[in-house]
Formats: sequence, C-alpha cells, structure tokens
Amino acid sequence: MSNNTMTGAEILIKALTDQGVDTIFGYPGGAVLPIYDALFKQNSIRHILVRQEGGAVHAAEGYARSTGKPGVVLVTSGPGATNAVTGLTDALMDSIPVICLTGQVPTHMIGTDAFQECDTTGITRPCTKHNYLVKDAGDLARVVHEGFYVATNGRPGPVVIDIPKDVQINRAEYTAPEKVRHKTYRPRVKGDLEKIREAVEMIAQAERPVFYTGGGIINAGPKASSLLTQFVRMTGYPITNTLMGLGGYPASDRQFLGMLGMHGSYEANWAMHDCDVMICIGARFDDRVTGRLDAFSPKSKKIHIDIDPSSINKNIRVDLPIIGDAAHILEDMIRIWKAGARQVDPARIEPWWRQIDIWRARNSFGYEKTDKLIKPQRAVEALYEKTKDRDPYITTEVGQHQMWAAQLFKFENPNRWMTSGGLGTMGYGLPAAMGAQIAHPDKLVIDIAGEASIMMNIQEMSTLAQYKLPVKIFILNNQWMGMVRQWQELMHGKRYSESYVESLPDFVKLAESFGAVGLRAETPDEMDSLIDEMIAVDRPVIADVRVDPTENVYPMVPSGAAHNEMILGSESGASEVPQATDEGLALV
Amino acid sequence: MQDTIARHTISALVDNEAGVLARVIGLFSGRGYNIDSLTVSEVDSANGVSRINIVTTGTPMTIEQIKAQLDRLVPVHRVSDLTVEGPHIERELALLKVRSSGEKRVEALRIADIFKARAVDATDRSFVFEITGSASKIDAFAELMRPLGLVDMSRTGVAAISRGPDEI
Ligand SMILES: Cc1ncc(C[n+]2csc(CCOP(=O)(O)OP(=O)(O)O)c2C)c(N)n1
Ligand SMILES: [Mg+2]
Repeated sequence: MSNNTMTGAEILIKALTDQGVDTIFGYPGGAVLPIYDALFKQNSIRHILVRQEGGAVHAAEGYARSTGKPGVVLVTSGPGATNAVTGLTDALMDSIPVICLTGQVPTHMIGTDAFQECDTTGITRPCTKHNYLVKDAGDLARVVHEGFYVATNGRPGPVVIDIPKDVQINRAEYTAPEKVRHKTYRPRVKGDLEKIREAVEMIAQAERPVFYTGGGIINAGPKASSLLTQFVRMTGYPITNTLMGLGGYPASDRQFLGMLGMHGSYEANWAMHDCDVMICIGARFDDRVTGRLDAFSPKSKKIHIDIDPSSINKNIRVDLPIIGDAAHILEDMIRIWKAGARQVDPARIEPWWRQIDIWRARNSFGYEKTDKLIKPQRAVEALYEKTKDRDPYITTEVGQHQMWAAQLFKFENPNRWMTSGGLGTMGYGLPAAMGAQIAHPDKLVIDIAGEASIMMNIQEMSTLAQYKLPVKIFILNNQWMGMVRQWQELMHGKRYSESYVESLPDFVKLAESFGAVGLRAETPDEMDSLIDEMIAVDRPVIADVRVDPTENVYPMVPSGAAHNEMILGSESGASEVPQATDEGLALV
Repeated sequence: MQDTIARHTISALVDNEAGVLARVIGLFSGRGYNIDSLTVSEVDSANGVSRINIVTTGTPMTIEQIKAQLDRLVPVHRVSDLTVEGPHIERELALLKVRSSGEKRVEALRIADIFKARAVDATDRSFVFEITGSASKIDAFAELMRPLGLVDMSRTGVAAISRGPDEI
C-alpha cells in the first residue's frame, strides 16, 4: 500500500470537511471512539455534544432547515443508533437532509449479538431515504460523498452511514468528492416545457384560482420563494401555505390567505374547496390538508409541481403533473408568462376576491379578548409583535401551541420556521432551536413550546448551557396535553383520560438549575414584560407562560370531514360540533 | 378512474448491492401492497445489475404508486410495468412430487405428457415432474395432480420479459 493511506476515521473527517461540514451533533460511545479520536486531533469541524442522541438528530434538522445545508449527526452503535430513529423518521417525513453516521461493531463480529450490536441498516431502512453499511475503509470516502449527494438532491432526506469499528481503524486511500458520481441516481430538475406552457395557459384562464404551496418551496432554496412571490404577485391570485410551507410566501401580504388544512383559516380552506384551478407546488395533498378525500376541491383542475414523482396521484388525482425542482419550474413559468405578455384581467377574478374577502371577514383565527387570563393566541401575537423586527427563527413542539404559532406568527422569509409536520414529534422544538442557534449565533431563536412536549427533550437545556446558546423557550403552559384534551372534549365525551399534566416541575427553578434564566407570567401584563425581558437577556431562557387551560384551536376540520364542514370558534360564529361518526373516530 | 383491481407484472433493474431486496420487500409490506410472486437474480455481472420481477395486484392508482415508489429507491435504475407497456412473456418453472401407485401413477404420467412436463426423478412410488409455463398453466397442472398424490411442490416465481426488440 502506498504512503497516501489514512485511517478510516481520518478519511471520514476529511470527507466531511471536503463536503463543507462545519458542525456535527453527536454523542460518543465504544463503537465510535476512533472517530472521536480523529475529531480531537483536528479543528475544522466543531462537535456539539448533545445529551441524548434523539436531540442530536433534531438539532441537525434545525440546523439544516435554517440554513439549507445538510445537518450531520454522529452516534455510537446499538442504543446510540436506536435513539436516533425518531429523528430520522421525522427528517424523512419532512424531507430534511441529514447525514447520520453510526458506529457499528467490527465487521467480524456482525451477526453475533455482540455488545451494543444492532442491525442499524435493517432498523433504519424504512426511515431513511437511503442507508449504507461500509465494510471496507477503501469505500468509506466514496460512500460519504455519495451519501451527501443522495441526502441533498431530488427530494431531500436522511441518510445513515453505518461504520464498523475496524473500518474506522483500517488504512486506505482517500477519494476526493470530484471523483465520485452516483451510478444511477439523477433526479429530474428541469420541468417538461410543454407541460409548463399548458400550466401557464390554465393559470391565465382561471376564474377562481388558488396557489397551494408547501415545504418543497423551502427545500428548493430561497430563490424558489422569491420566484414564487414574484409569480403570485404577477397573477394577483390568492395563495395559501401548508404547515411546512410557511415562510415560502410573505405572510403579511394581502394575497396570502394563511395556512390551510385541519387548523387552517376559513378563507384558505374555502378557497381550496371552491377554486376552479389549483396550483400545488411542493406540497403533497397530505390528509391534514385534504380532509375527506372524496369531497376535496371537487370543482377544480389541479396542477401539481413536485420533485418526487411518487407524490403525484398518491392521494388526489391531478390533471397536470409536472416533475422537477420548484425554482426551475417557477423560473420557466415566469418566463413563459412574460413572453406571452399575459395579463390577468382584474375584472375576471374580482368576484373571486370579493368572495374570499367575505370568508376572510369571519376572522377565523379570532379569539376572545380578555384581560383576566392569558389567551394562548394573544401570547403568540404579542411574541410576534415584539420580535418581528429581529427576523427571529421559530421552532415549535407539537400540540395546540404549534397550531397557534402556525396560525398567528407571520413569516416573511423561508428557513425561519421549523416544526415537525409529518411525524408530529413532541420534543422536536428545543433541540431544533439549538441547531438553528448554532447555525445563526447572533439571531433570536425561540421555541414556542407546550409544557408536556418540552419535557420530552428537556435534557438539552444542559447543551444550551455548555455552548452558551441563548435559545428562548416560550412555554404556553395550559397544564394539559391540550391537543389531546381538545380531541377528548370534542370527540370522546369530555372523558379526559390521562391528558392532564400532573407534577410539572417549577420551570423557573428548572431553568436556574441549568444555568438559564427562568421567567413566569400569569396575567397579560406580566406576559408583555416577560417577553421584553426574555428578548433582552443574552442567555437561554425558559418562560413559563400560564395560559387559559380551556382554550381550543379553531377552526378545525374534524378528521374525516370535508373542508366546508369546518368547526369555527365562538369569536367567528360558534358552530356546533358534529357528532363524530365511527369512521371519523378511527382516523387520527 | 375506476377502482378495478388488476394483476400486473412489474420488472425492475437494480444495483446488486446489500439490502436491495430487503428495500423492495420492505416497501411492499410497509405500504400495504400485495406480492403474488417475486423473483430476483443477477442479469449483468459486469455491472452488478440484478432484475427483480414482481407480480402484484391493485387498482390503477395503486399500481402507479407502486411503480413510482420503486423508482424512488436509490439503487433502482429502471422500472417497467410489463402489463401496460405492451405484449410480454411470463414463465415460471415448478417441480412437483407425486406419490401414488397403480392407476393413479399411470394417470399422472399421462397428464404430465399433455402438459409437456418431464419426469426428472422416479422411484417405484413417486415421480418428480418439471414443468415450465405461465403461472396459470402450472396452477392447472397442480390441480390435476392433487388427487393423483401431489405431496410437495416448489415454484420459482414469475420471470418476465417484453416481446419485440426493445430492452427494458
Ligand atoms: C412523541 C409524541 N407522543 C405523543 C404525541 C401525541 N400528542 C400530540 S399533541 C400532544 C399533547 C401536547 O401537549 P403540550 O406539549 O402541552 O402542548 P399543547 O397541546 O397543550 O399546546 C400529544 C400527547 C406526539 N405528538 N408525539
Ligand atoms: Mg399543554
């Protein structure tokens, strides 16, 4: 062997460096000690020591979602790898590029039930976009480069690279990224021009159009958002975003109808239901969005632009599918639109806007204004008002607070909003905020949390302390697993089975014990000053905001109902809760 | 779109790498698709390419999804729905063990002859027949052999290829 050889661990570090990696979120253990040794001897990559591997993957997701770059995770074999599984599934569902490096027992011990052995590639096969077991140090550099290519091209997703300990120690030659080309994986980027022309024609002719865009716009990069904004403004048409797509179009714009779906706005859901042309870009007709499938937007022609061919006709049959990258296709659309010197006759869509304004006037995100207790919606609005000039990065946990944040916090730019949409993982928000703060050390990063969810990865407070990450955790503390309580109230005869959150810690003392600042508010006035104080301190903060425990999220399209069967809250005209059918009860 | 369930034969060219078959099978079980038959073997050793043939059933929308989901797997090069892409040939090979005596033994040989099945092993109490053909031909043969002492059967599953000069 020539003298150019390096150990597998050194090859790994070099490959990561060549891929532009500056940060790894990880946790050591026996099967990755050679890699930790190689990390110790270098200083181009910063290692962030989390407190549980699950936190590492969510942190990598937050890093990825807030930067557009892949997030990198390093964990040991066995329990290290299995702890990563929830985060990997989360990243798969939300199409987040993550590279997860796992240690493995040495190759000669694989299959012997060795200490801390698990079938990592077997376990993670269904929860990754792709995974690899590297059996030869000579393959390691190629696999790492290929892994980055797979994770970031086409529809992004998590990739696991399982590296046995002997492979980390053995010597081999390094392969540079330029020398690696995937054998076959070449996702289509440019859209079919003929179809794009057809789409432009349909869009130009529409009388009741609506744009419906999702996380694919965010994944296609900031350029896709600005092209989308440009195109939507050229047409003058209304637009709604999915939970994952928020920030893809400026929320304060008049053409923006707010989020759609189960807890979407009245006007967004009605526009979807009554439109004649639907332009879906980078969204996937998820069940939270469509409601009852056979009643979904019955009168529309549907254009679906997506990078993943398997998203087409999966749940909803569409009329005009276009495969490709959202930014490329939007660019072509704008060019063709301009070349045809098309102009939308305002008189043609005026009746549609008039209708939308009537729906909008219902103010479906409205809530009771009171000074007696803190309404959770008011807390989100106050947080938005007091932070909007600082271009904050917002993460959430999962539950009612997540929906209120999505409804009421206005995102003007992509990559500012990080939430667990597809998997709905409680415990996502704190580590994700940590990852976003690492990537943007000088920015304001806030986790809008629930008191139940925050307990799921509370150990990461210790990581915030170690790296002096001034993440703000804004807990809408309603003493309940609010979203569970809401379903029990509406669909299970108010039998609140196990949804009360007993024996909560004193969050102020908890914060202090982790070297953070603890704040509490019990009245609207206290809340306003709490937010000011929270923003002012340059340290991690846990804010325990005691909100109305009985508040529900409205509007609500109950599972199994159609968009036009939405339940509204009392402020926008209370509607009776329909009796849940057995079929509806079976849905999630 | 009508929701009639139909049988489709799908072929995929895949990189012959560790776990690729598990990926395909996991995709079918994870998403609740049917597998009636599955065969896999290397077809291009120089380039490490294997061919997987799958016989499945589903509505047109499901079949379209199956194709798209298979195509999405990173080591999959090409997917072809032979049933919709034109005429194709399907063959399966089966080995059937028939244990009987007297009249039944003679009858088994007679039927094997009609089906062009070969006796590839014989004892004074048994035969092993080898038969090649479509899956339904093998089904029919097995049905006739059952009352004549069919005790054991091994089938390869369906291999399939399109007619005409074009490759997959
Ligand atoms: C890991 C995990 N377990 C269970 C659930 C089901 N679940 C969804 S929301 C919710 C309650 C969340 O309570 P909290 O964090 O207090 O938020 P709230 O709804 O009260 O705002 C539960 C248990 C989940 N989404 N994730
Ligand atoms: Mg709660």
